[in-house]
Amino acid sequence: MNTVTLKQNLIKFQSIIALAAMCIALSLLSDRFLTPENTWNVMRQISVNVIISVGMTLVILTGGIDLSVGSILALAGAVTAGMLKFGAEFTDANLYIGFTLLGALIGGTLTGTLLGWFNGFTITRFKVPPFVATLAMLTIARGLTMLWTGGFPITGLGDNMAFIGTGWLLGIPMPVWISAIIVLAAVVLTNQTMLGRHIYAIGGNETAARLSGLKIKRIKTIVYSIAGALAGIGGIIVTSRLDSAQPNAGFGFELDSIAAVVIGGTSLSGGKGTIMGTVQGALIIGILNNGLVLLNVSPFWQQVIKGFVILLAVVIEKFNSKEE
Amino acid sequence: MEKQNNIPRPVLEVRNISKDFSGVYALQNVDLEIFPGEVTAIIGENGAGKSTLMKIISGVYPEYEGDVLLNSEKVAFNNPKEAGEQGVVIIHQELNLVPHLSITENLFLGIEKTNRLGLLDYAAMNKQAKALLSRLHLDISPSTPVNQLRVGQQQLVEIAKALLLDSKVLIMDEPTSAISDQEVELLFKIIRELRSKGVAIVYISHKLNELFEIADRYSVLRDGRSMGSGQMKGVTHDQLIQLMVGRDLTNSFQKANTMSTTEVLRVENLTVQNPQNKNDLLVDDVSFTLHEGEILGICGLMGAGRTEVLEAIFGLYPKHVSGKISIGGKELKIRRVNDAIAAGIALVPEDRKLQGLVLNMSVAKNTSMASLEQISSFSFIRKKKEEELSELFIKKLSTKVASSNQTVGKLSGGNQQKVVIAKWLATNPRILLLDEPTRGIDVGAKSEIYRLINELAAQGMGIIMVSSELPEILALSDNILVLSESRLAATLSRTEATEEIIMKAALKEKE
Ligand SMILES: Nc1ncnc2c1ncn2[C@@H]1O[C@H](COP(=O)(O)OP(=O)(O)OP(=O)(O)O)[C@@H](O)[C@H]1O
Ligand SMILES: [Mg+2]
Repeated sequence: MNTVTLKQNLIKFQSIIALAAMCIALSLLSDRFLTPENTWNVMRQISVNVIISVGMTLVILTGGIDLSVGSILALAGAVTAGMLKFGAEFTDANLYIGFTLLGALIGGTLTGTLLGWFNGFTITRFKVPPFVATLAMLTIARGLTMLWTGGFPITGLGDNMAFIGTGWLLGIPMPVWISAIIVLAAVVLTNQTMLGRHIYAIGGNETAARLSGLKIKRIKTIVYSIAGALAGIGGIIVTSRLDSAQPNAGFGFELDSIAAVVIGGTSLSGGKGTIMGTVQGALIIGILNNGLVLLNVSPFWQQVIKGFVILLAVVIEKFNSKEE
Repeated sequence: MEKQNNIPRPVLEVRNISKDFSGVYALQNVDLEIFPGEVTAIIGENGAGKSTLMKIISGVYPEYEGDVLLNSEKVAFNNPKEAGEQGVVIIHQELNLVPHLSITENLFLGIEKTNRLGLLDYAAMNKQAKALLSRLHLDISPSTPVNQLRVGQQQLVEIAKALLLDSKVLIMDEPTSAISDQEVELLFKIIRELRSKGVAIVYISHKLNELFEIADRYSVLRDGRSMGSGQMKGVTHDQLIQLMVGRDLTNSFQKANTMSTTEVLRVENLTVQNPQNKNDLLVDDVSFTLHEGEILGICGLMGAGRTEVLEAIFGLYPKHVSGKISIGGKELKIRRVNDAIAAGIALVPEDRKLQGLVLNMSVAKNTSMASLEQISSFSFIRKKKEEELSELFIKKLSTKVASSNQTVGKLSGGNQQKVVIAKWLATNPRILLLDEPTRGIDVGAKSEIYRLINELAAQGMGIIMVSSELPEILALSDNILVLSESRLAATLSRTEATEEIIMKAALKEKE
């Protein structure tokens, strides 16, 4: 009995153990790793990935996938920056509207939500497979970003905007606050609410969920909208941190995000996984990235190593679920 | 041939087998002997360990304590394929077909026939498949994808798949749970043929009457332990039950007359087209009424349209249904499942694995799935209420679970079925549609469920029950509909219905 529970605990806490092992190894290999600056640095860097990956987790839990988060992030960031800097000008009507920071932030987040909703709409209404629907959105949103920015960065957004991505509050960086609040909300959503339960049920067995009266289309649409909204918030943070909206921002973010979800133990076929798992997955990737930089590993090798870590995580996961 | 020295030798022996799942024993020191040319029945309550034992014998679970001997030699199969190569073949309780592949492709999965070019020889495979299907009187093209088949038909395909292999020991884990008497007779004919050829057959069923008809020998499991074995000849129904449950079952189920005159559901000219083929009618012009407190039984052969009647009422064929459905006197357009649920209709579906359960979720979460609103405030689930709800039904249905947090997929088949029933009873519907509700449920629990159904009727619920077991229909129903080839062949009241009349009506051909 005892050996069994030990084994089960090892399985349960495997990613925490992996994290701890990585931290110990890195602090032995580099004296720059375990410093307060570097710790906050890592946390700040991963916060955007955490935020996006929360949305990705919800989507993957329903059995879907969202490839468009990186592009949505870019567009939302650009919209926020554009609204803030240029406002909206209607020359015909001789009308100019300037936006406050709050207005621009809402504009950016809503842009993300709207595109996410559109993903959900095509997926549920026209039964487009999520992979295809969001792949299309990946291109659409990137194209819209280019159109909006004319292909050039929008820079000089002011100190207030910069505070969101670079400021500190009570000794903790703002992006970390934002991601922590989002994670907390998502944990409550998945564990305590009907919507959360419905998400797991749909991913576990969609037919049974439908026969139980769950509103599948509505739930999926909400989930993709949330993923879009969170990508939008991610876009605002990225834009704020750089004090500029880059037309090619967020490129490849969907992959890091899917990697975090998968390393966190969420099954790509849906129905199984947790938000906290994803947070751990994002931490593992973030610390790995940071450590490889500190150890002066070449960027090319970094990618190879990251790939193998993803594989390893999934293999361990499969092995464990067989073990059960 | 073994009989020369007069003592028959077992072809397969199980010695002192134990098996645990994370520390909990499902089997403890079990012994079993299987003889060639005999049908051995394995009986026991839900969760007694029957399927687990069969999975050990057939290589599904390679890890266990104890020995399995084939022809007196110790064997240790690592997987079902190895077992199959040595002639040990199993038909599983839970259906294991690949949904999108055709019948032929499923039958020949892993043993495909190829022609000289190394390409799949569909012609030869289809031919053999067709012959096999007609042996089972399954009148369907072998190129039909299996996800278009009903559960009973899938069960026959599973049987066909096993027959395709040359088996010395053929294990059948509840092969008849979803098929009606007609098909059971066919299966028995085949079993007798195999038996006379010297095949050893292991047969699991909760339908004791079947066992008296087909089995030569029995072996009883209770809570994972061997409780005795012997010849079927000379043992009685009650003795078997005594061995299974360890006490006498006062099985005297008394139906109360609870039917009122208030109409709760009226179905007029219900017609359902096959979504794959508009000219094929799954239900053809069926009309009936259901009253509060009434139990309406629906019977008929497999493919007669019984399930489709329930599914149509529940909104599963939104674009292919015509006719009029009224609830409480008001016509209702049921365009999707939610309309049906909103109108107070619940359906316990026939296929628990596909339609009923989220297998990787807990018992509690599955139980509350369709009634989350009841146990939530402001959309937040009250975990305590959820647990209470599931505990309540675990007790009511005597479901064998470790705890309400146990994953449903790890329960025995019968106990999974009880969770599906619990899920729908928890919604407290006005109209309850039951499709083979006691599929795979043991004798003791069956009468519990009958009592429960009766109790619900007494509370004024209108209940429609589809079942392949005539005794069940006769015992519970106030009125009985007999379907034959998608049409209503007879409407009988409780007093006029007998097995003979029902069978005759069920066999009535369309003129
Ligand atoms: N994979 C598993 N993990 C954990 N427990 C299991 C697993 N499979 C079976 N069990 C447990 O082992 C016990 C025996 O199950 P089994 O399926 O053998 O019962 P059974 O006799 O076939 O019952 P039924 O008549 O309902 O089919 C049950 O208590 C079940 O919960
Ligand atoms: Mg079983």
